[in-house]
Amino acid sequence: MPDQAASAFRLSGDQLALRDAVRDLTSARIAPRAAEIDRSGEFPWDVKELLASHDILALPFPERYGGIGADLLTLCLAIEEIARACATSSLILAVHSLAALPLLLAGTEEQRERWVPDLASGRTLIAFALTEAAAGSDASSMSTRARREGDEYVIDGSKRFISHASVAGLVTLFAVTDGDAPRHRRMSCFVVPTDAPGFAVTRLEHKMGIRGSPTAELSLDGVRVPEANRIGVEGEGFALAMRTFERSRPGIAAQAVGIAQGALDVAARYAGERVQFGKPIGELQLVQGLLADMDAATEAARALTYRACAEIEAGTPDAARWASLCKLVAGDAAMRVTTDAVQVLGGYGYTADFPVERMMRDAKITQLYEGTQQIQRLVVARSLLRRRE
Amino acid sequence: MRIVVLMKPVPDTTGQERLSAEFRLDRSTPAVVNANDEYALEAALKLTEAHGGDVTLLTMAPPQAPETMRKALAMGAQRGVLISDPALAGSCTLSTARVLAAALAQLEFDLVIAGADTSDGGGGIVPAGVAAILGLAFLSNAGSIEPLDGTVRVQRLGPTGYELLEAPLPALVVATQALGEPRYPSLKGIMGARSREIVTHTLADLGLADSAIGGAAATTRVLEARPPAARAATRVIRDSAPVAAREIADFLASRRII
Repeated sequence: MPDQAASAFRLSGDQLALRDAVRDLTSARIAPRAAEIDRSGEFPWDVKELLASHDILALPFPERYGGIGADLLTLCLAIEEIARACATSSLILAVHSLAALPLLLAGTEEQRERWVPDLASGRTLIAFALTEAAAGSDASSMSTRARREGDEYVIDGSKRFISHASVAGLVTLFAVTDGDAPRHRRMSCFVVPTDAPGFAVTRLEHKMGIRGSPTAELSLDGVRVPEANRIGVEGEGFALAMRTFERSRPGIAAQAVGIAQGALDVAARYAGERVQFGKPIGELQLVQGLLADMDAATEAARALTYRACAEIEAGTPDAARWASLCKLVAGDAAMRVTTDAVQVLGGYGYTADFPVERMMRDAKITQLYEGTQQIQRLVVARSLLRRRE
Repeated sequence: MRIVVLMKPVPDTTGQERLSAEFRLDRSTPAVVNANDEYALEAALKLTEAHGGDVTLLTMAPPQAPETMRKALAMGAQRGVLISDPALAGSCTLSTARVLAAALAQLEFDLVIAGADTSDGGGGIVPAGVAAILGLAFLSNAGSIEPLDGTVRVQRLGPTGYELLEAPLPALVVATQALGEPRYPSLKGIMGARSREIVTHTLADLGLADSAIGGAAATTRVLEARPPAARAATRVIRDSAPVAAREIADFLASRRII
């Protein structure tokens, strides 16, 4: 049945139109900024404004709050297109959509009406604060506490490696509300305004890549939030974080696919131009082999990511496995493809004159954040083994 | 303000333009909005944002034009009018001006804004032809457009500065790039464009079915098209930009130019 096959493997007219719009905007206005963003290490407010004013930050939010109500695949298409030119810029959309997910998944109507319009318009950015210095992969061992006092919570503790907390107006933050509860029921989820007294950014990391994306250490010293800022019920935090990752990990996979594609594009063009031994190096079979393997790895990662988006959007009970599979494969593909892109460009690839060394530095993070590759493997294995019972 | 923008879909110049045996342009490849028309449209959108009103696109093109017109609608135009007829293939600029003028005669407008010329034909005279046929004031090389009560004031850019012109509405203004960079459509604009109306008219709808118009009545004919003759003793540098830059710098330095 040709129609079914077409819809399974090809993008719809709407998806293509939105993807192409993001692609055009990116190549005209973001790509020229990418090298400078990396060199300066400064958050690109101009790119953020561009994404906001062109409704790109509105993609993941329901239309009734001013969003576009795009499906997961369409959001991932946008992230991928931006990441092709600039991984830092793509992270603006990826983090914003990640951090808003708990609100969209488990927030009350009142909470959504209060916060989502400003998020959809891009007036306010939102960040995601789960990780702590001593609680990365082992997130549920966190120690930041939210102590109930009347109709408020008082939050004390610290967070580490929080992307964009220093430029966001809101943070979706996880804290322990019942230290005696079983491991996965200790935490709750809160929305914390970054201008709340006691909330401070104490440090920004100097990183290998995505250098324009500020990665913050946070200190929370008696930060008070009303009960109305808690998302979901007490103790639901960990489960909510896991449900969030089911929908956010494909976004990182898409970022990785975009980075890989960008690197492949540069390498393929270079191979057609660089002349050695009297001909373009693209005519040498060893180079052709490298490029072909890069293309295969990128397309495979892309196909898996798009499929995962479709499955998750359709409500598969296996969402965790799909999310982890695509993030695992795409992250490794990005690292491999960018490394090989530097190889194709040879000595020139190692210099800042060409973008591939930045792309290689940027790619590494896709194997680390939103769950390391090792954690992704555990999620996949758990799903496989559970099926056998 | 009711503004009509003349918009032509043209072949994407980043592709290879192909000519048929009769030296007609191959228009089967995906088209883009003529670049100068984007500046005209941007100017129109800015005017309606400041003064109220809306923008209509007017296009004479083959039947697949709506695909390209949607890109212009996504920038913010409200509706499109397409004049499409098999008889129009191979039209010269005179026919084009007559057709557009006939279409405009059926519309109500305060201002027509057009791009200076097209990247495919490059004639640059259709806007003047349209204005002449309709008896509209013709304000070319516009560096700024200011609507007043019943009139429009335009700075016409020239080599030594500009002239300030004022004309009664309705008038026709030819845009320049000085009017401002065209906006990229927002995603909401792209989605909104899908539901905006594009009306298609044939020559019969314009009352021109029996006129000497279109390809059969073309007043100009392309006799020949060839690339320029190759010049002797050229050196072509094909390396990538940083490497090529070094080679070029060395070349210039060896001739003591730098």
